[in-house]
Amino acid sequence: MSALQGVLATAVADHLAARARWRAAELVFWGAALASVFLLPGKHLILAEIAILALFALSLDLILGYAGIVSLGHAAFFGFGAYAAGLLAKHALITEPVLGLLAAGLLAALLGFACAFLVLRGSDLTRLMVTLGVAMMLRELANRLDKLTGGADGLQGITMAPVLGRFSFDITGHTAYVYALAVLFVLFVVARRIVHSPFGLSLMSIRGNPLRAGALGVPVNARLVAIYTVAAGYAGVAGALLTQTTAFCSLDVLSFDRSADLLLVLIIGGTGYLYGGLIGAVVFKLLQDALATLTPQYWQFWIGLILVIIVLVGRERMSGWWHAAVAQGARRLGLRERP
Amino acid sequence: MSAALETVGLVKSFGGIAATSNVSLAVARGARHALIGPNGAGKTTLINQLTGVLTPDAGRVLLEGSDITALSPHRRVRRGLARTFQINQLFADLSPLESVGLAVSERLGRGHDWWRVAGSRSTVDDSIAEILERFHLADVMHERTAHLPYGKQRLLEIALAIACGPSVLLLDEPAAGVPEDERHDILGAVAALPREVTVLFIEHDMDLVFSFAERITVLVNGAVFTEGTPQEIARDERVKAVYLGEEPVHA
Repeated sequence: MSALQGVLATAVADHLAARARWRAAELVFWGAALASVFLLPGKHLILAEIAILALFALSLDLILGYAGIVSLGHAAFFGFGAYAAGLLAKHALITEPVLGLLAAGLLAALLGFACAFLVLRGSDLTRLMVTLGVAMMLRELANRLDKLTGGADGLQGITMAPVLGRFSFDITGHTAYVYALAVLFVLFVVARRIVHSPFGLSLMSIRGNPLRAGALGVPVNARLVAIYTVAAGYAGVAGALLTQTTAFCSLDVLSFDRSADLLLVLIIGGTGYLYGGLIGAVVFKLLQDALATLTPQYWQFWIGLILVIIVLVGRERMSGWWHAAVAQGARRLGLRERP
Repeated sequence: MSAALETVGLVKSFGGIAATSNVSLAVARGARHALIGPNGAGKTTLINQLTGVLTPDAGRVLLEGSDITALSPHRRVRRGLARTFQINQLFADLSPLESVGLAVSERLGRGHDWWRVAGSRSTVDDSIAEILERFHLADVMHERTAHLPYGKQRLLEIALAIACGPSVLLLDEPAAGVPEDERHDILGAVAALPREVTVLFIEHDMDLVFSFAERITVLVNGAVFTEGTPQEIARDERVKAVYLGEEPVHA
């Protein structure tokens, strides 16, 4: 190979690797998240909820947005992690939150691994039903095993030790938010590495065309099992975060509503670029909060309406309008020349 | 000369209709071997059994002498058997660069690597650039595949199979649907395949078959009708008869 071709070859591989470079908008996003810690001290309770929802949505995005696996029962892993963390703390097995998270995440990942073989059989409709069914079974199990879980009363008497032995959870949610945000960031960075790796690329190929992926030597099922396991672990960590930061865990963590809301979050934010779940979680929680203040009884009506509009109009068209509006505004302000 | 790819008594039927009946076929190492036959002769069904998409009811498939009948499609690829599809099977949302990069890292056994960045030195090699260049895809390597013109997509279809580093390549109608003025690139790319690569191809275009093939197998009603050199097949009146009313043999 000539020297020139060698240079070209390196340049081409670099182009591929460049996909993984951090963009300015990403730094702005995380900068804003960090700033919220200092600038919005009164909002830390809802911000902690948002961070937890964002992590949960990130988990679903890994399987839906990258591997194309649909799920109506992702709360199964969230709830499993939530109860695992709660039980470990309640029975004083693991009271340090970070260790508790790791344990709950691993347990949820194990459950995910076992479920993967059920879920990955069959088509999208089969997957929707199997995931839904697994979540329903887990919820009913948690309900019936009331000696262990507290049943419909929820799991009470959870006391968490300070995070890393130093930071106690407080009533303002300050520790909870910083803790949840830090966990979200670390797991986001890991997810980001995963999706930009050869493994992540192979997931995208499976979503795009599993037949061809197999014809290129990709072991389709093994890859799907792997990402399903990882995503279940992520969801378990999110659930564990909720239990730890609220010192409570109820059947609600396994409910169908939670799985369905999660799909809403991804529909609002979009899938397949990792930030969809994060942005969706912010918008969803703020909308829910604002609408619940405006119309305490009918907020779900408005959430439903917004969902229908998003799906009918399509996010791409809306983002087109948004860009056009921004460009128009910029022209008015003289920031940009007329085309 | 031993066969690179061989089938022994392959049988496959769908609901009582024999799509493949007792097909024994040997493709010599380094061959340019064409598989022809009228529509419905079972050519694609045969390819699907060679690649593992379909499991034969009976018979065996041998790659470089070893039995691969029970292997899944992706394991056969790792053994050196790659294919293209009659109807493009591409990744609409990925670029040619990403698609070829994926195939290359799978070939290098790095596909399970979840921590390194795709495109870093340990996950790919120089063949990405070489393949994109060879298949005239370098200028569109960042475009979404869905946005490429059909001729470029057809080239990518073949480029992906080559990126697997096959010792045996199955081409299922490589020039299907490509307009006349864009055929040149495809035929050139197929003709330029190195001799180490054994090629078995299905084609309806008889100009292409007779200009490229050194050996031709005629498949009719799922069974091997005859086999021979292009001259023998062109002279064979029975083959002409089979094609009569179907489509004329141009040779």
